[in-house]
Amino acid sequence: MIGIIDYNAGNIKSVEMALDSMNIPYILGKKPEDLKNADRLIFPGVGDAAYAMGQLKQTGFDVFLKDRAQASTPIMGICLGSQIIFEHSEEGDTDCLGLVPGKITHFKNIFEREGIPTEGLKIPHMGWNDVHCKEDRIFKNINEGTAFYFVHSYVIEPAHWNDVRAFCEYGIKVPAVIRHDSIIACQFHPEKSGEPGLRLLKNFCLPEGDL
Amino acid sequence: MLKKRIIICLDVKDGRTTKGVKFLNNVDVGDPVEMAAEYYRQGVDELVFYDIIASARGRGPILDLIHRVASQVFIPFCVGGGIGTLDDIRSTILAGAEKISLNSQAVKNPSLITEGARVFGNQCIVLGMDAKKDPTCPSGYRVYINGGRIKTDLDAREWAIRAVELGAGEIVLNSMDADGTRAGYELDLTRMIVEAVSVPVVASGGGGTPAHLADVLTKGKADAALIASMVHSGEYTVEGIKKDLDRQNIPVRCLSCDN
Repeated sequence: MIGIIDYNAGNIKSVEMALDSMNIPYILGKKPEDLKNADRLIFPGVGDAAYAMGQLKQTGFDVFLKDRAQASTPIMGICLGSQIIFEHSEEGDTDCLGLVPGKITHFKNIFEREGIPTEGLKIPHMGWNDVHCKEDRIFKNINEGTAFYFVHSYVIEPAHWNDVRAFCEYGIKVPAVIRHDSIIACQFHPEKSGEPGLRLLKNFCLPEGDL
Repeated sequence: MLKKRIIICLDVKDGRTTKGVKFLNNVDVGDPVEMAAEYYRQGVDELVFYDIIASARGRGPILDLIHRVASQVFIPFCVGGGIGTLDDIRSTILAGAEKISLNSQAVKNPSLITEGARVFGNQCIVLGMDAKKDPTCPSGYRVYINGGRIKTDLDAREWAIRAVELGAGEIVLNSMDADGTRAGYELDLTRMIVEAVSVPVVASGGGGTPAHLADVLTKGKADAALIASMVHSGEYTVEGIKKDLDRQNIPVRCLSCDN
């Protein structure tokens, strides 16, 4: 059973509705006990990293996620959820969950560091961008170069570029999907990316094929 | 490469989609939920719903409609009209909307922009702005509210800059002079606002042909173009418009183009 982590920092509704539309059953968890029977976890999130980490600590989901990562439970982080599974975020100088090695940096600081001309590169990076993907089962039946919907001002900088399964171009190569052990980090919003987005969610939820 | 977005606007009145010319003479064009689902199938990038009489009559947002749209449309959509408090913003987002648009209420209570951005992030807070030519304003355009019925003291360019400072993450810029005329977007106004702010700008008002969209997305420098009449009338489809833009090498998300 899929478990969705509801910690007051995510647009949970759109993920729920996306799964509903594909008749994929799930449990909504407001506290870790609710999700004890979940064998795959979706970890959404929008908003501020420091606030979200605070909510995770308050609800006990920080420890729960670390335990589950240790136990190799498949976990999919979406948007902010994809960022706070890394070690540290510049946003509010926040120590994050540390499930995957790497850090989170503001676009502006990366552009400055790399000397990228910023003409036409608005922040947040908002809208549909082509995603270039490596061979990975999460992209089953999804074409290389398909556009997905992004909204973010901070960028994942993984410690190991080998973990990056897909990226898009926005002044730099922006990691879009990262796989590390049992964890998938998804920077874009599959629940808002039309049919290919639904397909990707389905690939995570039903890895052995359709129900 | 980041795509230029095509956004369809549905003006909703008493649960039906309507369309007027220069904000007047609204006619019924269909059921908003069915229309949203059809445009989603055609590959529209985003939708905006405006509850057009909400501000004038002080009604709350249209939550049931939002919920029904969110259950079948898996792209971002924005809701405007009648959102006057943080609770209105919260209930709209929780019903499934990605963004909310503040127009009259942002003018009356600018701190709502800041409050909304602090709680939900600035990507959630869109400034809707109705601008009309006025040579007595420094930028040449004045801001109107309440669906164009009330003139404000605000200059369009100054208000756009201030709203972004307050926390708006996007601007939907509607030209009242061009609205519903289908004679083309107001390119000078659009470019002026795009160049004045650091956030994405959606051009609105006047879109009638794919060539108009091409103009505002290139010469007007807009990040996205809002359309209504040209698709509500059935004269164009989203697919057709996108194919046309794709042929002109404007980057669009096109479900049926050869890449």
